[in-house]
Amino acid sequence: MTATVASSPPGVSGSAVDLRSLLHGLPGVDKVGVEGRAAALSTRSIKTTAKAAAIDLAIRMVDLTTLEGADTPGKVRALSAKALRPDPADPNCPPVAAVCVYPSMVPVAAEVLKGSGVHLASVATAFPSGQAPLDVKLADTRDAVAAGADEIDMVISRGSFLAGRYDDVFAEIVAVKEACGDAHLKVILETGELGTYDNVRRASWLAMLAGADFIKTSTGKVPVAATLPVTLVMLEAVRDFRARTGRQVGVKPAGGIRTTKDAIRYLVLINETVGDDWLDPDWFRFGASSLLNDLLMQRTKLTTGHYAGPDYFTLD
Amino acid sequence: MMKFEYAPAPESRAIVDIAPSYGLFLDGTFTEPSDGGVFKTVNPASEEVLAEVASAGARDVDHAVAAARRAFEPWSALPGPERAKYLFRIARIVQERSRELAVLESLDNGKPIRESRDVDLPLAAAHFFYYAGWADKLGYAGFGPDPRPLGVAAQVIPWNFPMLMLAWKIAPALACGNTVVLKPAETTPLSALFFADICRQADLPPGVVNIITGAGDTGRLLVEHPDVDKVAFTGSTEVGRQIAQAVSGSRKRVTLELGGKAANIVFDDAPIDQAVEGIVNGIFFNQGHVCCAGSRLLVQESVAEELMAALKRRMAHLRVGDPLDKNTDIGAINSAAQLARIRELSDAGAAEGAEAWSPPCELPDRGFWFAPTVFTGVSQAHRIAREEIFGPVLSVLTFRTPAEAVEKANNTPYGLSAGVWTEKGSRILWMAERLRAGVIWANTFNKFDPSSPFGGYKESGFGREGGRQGLEPYVDLEPVRGKAT
Repeated sequence: MTATVASSPPGVSGSAVDLRSLLHGLPGVDKVGVEGRAAALSTRSIKTTAKAAAIDLAIRMVDLTTLEGADTPGKVRALSAKALRPDPADPNCPPVAAVCVYPSMVPVAAEVLKGSGVHLASVATAFPSGQAPLDVKLADTRDAVAAGADEIDMVISRGSFLAGRYDDVFAEIVAVKEACGDAHLKVILETGELGTYDNVRRASWLAMLAGADFIKTSTGKVPVAATLPVTLVMLEAVRDFRARTGRQVGVKPAGGIRTTKDAIRYLVLINETVGDDWLDPDWFRFGASSLLNDLLMQRTKLTTGHYAGPDYFTLD
Repeated sequence: MMKFEYAPAPESRAIVDIAPSYGLFLDGTFTEPSDGGVFKTVNPASEEVLAEVASAGARDVDHAVAAARRAFEPWSALPGPERAKYLFRIARIVQERSRELAVLESLDNGKPIRESRDVDLPLAAAHFFYYAGWADKLGYAGFGPDPRPLGVAAQVIPWNFPMLMLAWKIAPALACGNTVVLKPAETTPLSALFFADICRQADLPPGVVNIITGAGDTGRLLVEHPDVDKVAFTGSTEVGRQIAQAVSGSRKRVTLELGGKAANIVFDDAPIDQAVEGIVNGIFFNQGHVCCAGSRLLVQESVAEELMAALKRRMAHLRVGDPLDKNTDIGAINSAAQLARIRELSDAGAAEGAEAWSPPCELPDRGFWFAPTVFTGVSQAHRIAREEIFGPVLSVLTFRTPAEAVEKANNTPYGLSAGVWTEKGSRILWMAERLRAGVIWANTFNKFDPSSPFGGYKESGFGREGGRQGLEPYVDLEPVRGKAT
């Protein structure tokens, strides 16, 4: 593995062999060990002032998401309003990082969010399966960007990856990145379908080498979504990638993160794996929907000293 | 970007009620010592006196052994399922009182609450559960159809895992029908005294378990007592040698679990991030006060630089401080004497030309503390590569080939444990065949389970604790005399 890889990406000019040997030359991941480390870190006890700071940071890292067939302009408008002011009762509550919707809903969200500093992300590239021809995926991406999305969450073709056609996956990410223009590209690895931590590490490197700005665990549409050990492997990957190439890449666990306790465990993972540099919404996001209300409830508990029932927090 | 500082998260010590003074637990009751004095046990993190504890003299030891002797016949005559009931009951009470016992252990020993809560206490309870299960199945353990107990067991345990070592000793002894006199270490007597209370809570017949406290002299009186049938000791190789001499020529059966200088061997194809965790766990777990600690890191030269950078980066995250804080990774050194020994060896390492490195960390003003330290540029001839330090000090050596790794790993008078890190399964087996160590971990380190036998080669001792093998030291293997076969 060499530092020159980033400047001359493999996969072009018939260097697929280089890409394969690079990915297969990465150090292995021991399953028992990585799960043990994640479990040990999740016993950290984050209380009082540390908890308050962690909750506000977590809120600022949320990609508030709705990705349903039943999404309507009304629903997306409401969600976008909530993104701007998550807790109407408390003006000190920070806004979330972004709203994440299907491409068809981008114009609706854009209208609410414009000028606010809250980013607008859209899933594209035949989300969630990724099973569509490349030109369809690229058109999907361009449309979303044209409609106002400044972040694109793409899915990789897990089929190609698992078949060992790394150069195909690489080329596809490069093409989508190009179609993104100035928009940031998050590459969804769908780790629940990759089967091994070795594959998670390889897919992370593959996406980063191809130009991903963020690597993201999951679509939220398959049974296994984000987990702590998977995120730990991805954090190690972005740490090692920056050490070798100088380029920092963000990480986004998505799916299944519902409670404040969960979110704080991820922040501890960042803190003790990659450090302060990633403790920022520019470099770490939570793809979630119900998480936000739990964060708000815990936040209110810390500021007022008592729990308020769910009726005191807006549905969306 | 923000700094994520963890606020203090102290476990409450209100759950533990430590009496100002403790007597000896003889024949089911706490008794004042008849000819001994008292000594103080302190919290090594603050040097605060926790309690005064009795020092047992010769007459007290006599009383304890006599009580165990009286209890032996009825206890050993109980059917296995009845003995099992008591052991299961003890196991459940240990579990129920585990939070209290964990706090107590951290106070008296200095180990982080995270470890006493997540390792020491769960494993201690598991040990009682495991051997409770054997009590009615001894005929199927491979020692004949009806294995007989030995009699009175004298058990002397160390200060590094007080409650867990007590469980390792008492559970198999009782399961096989023996009675015991146990002496905890003089710096950590409290959890054994609380265990005495658990025995009463479980209605264990008086005399089956006796706890006597004191220093080395008390231990010597106990193991040399003529009416003791079995001696079990865990501690230093030096004391182990004295015990072996003291009981030689007697009918006493002996098991010794002594020191170590384990090699943790990392190959160039190892899962690096997990190997780093294994190295950290291997040497910094329990402040390195672990007989099987991975105190010698043998790393393949081709990855040494990368691995050392990763190890130092990881060590910078270790949290040293208040043992009762739930986020503490490394607590206090157990005693002033142990701290002096660690300092002496660490100074010798520097004087012999090895290079020491520690992450920046603030140590508390009071109490006994030593920053996690790694020595590079260590050669086999250095004292820090040969002598057991029993502290948070790692010596790093390099090797070129698997054969050289084996040679260096075995080049020690000890042989308790070893670790092998490689993604190649065949190499793990090749190494395991050649490493002379009682326990070999592959891609992990310091993992314990009651069903897994534990013990050493060479100067690390003899006999096994844990598993079916752990029953053997407590059953009579001599043929029954005068009985027709």
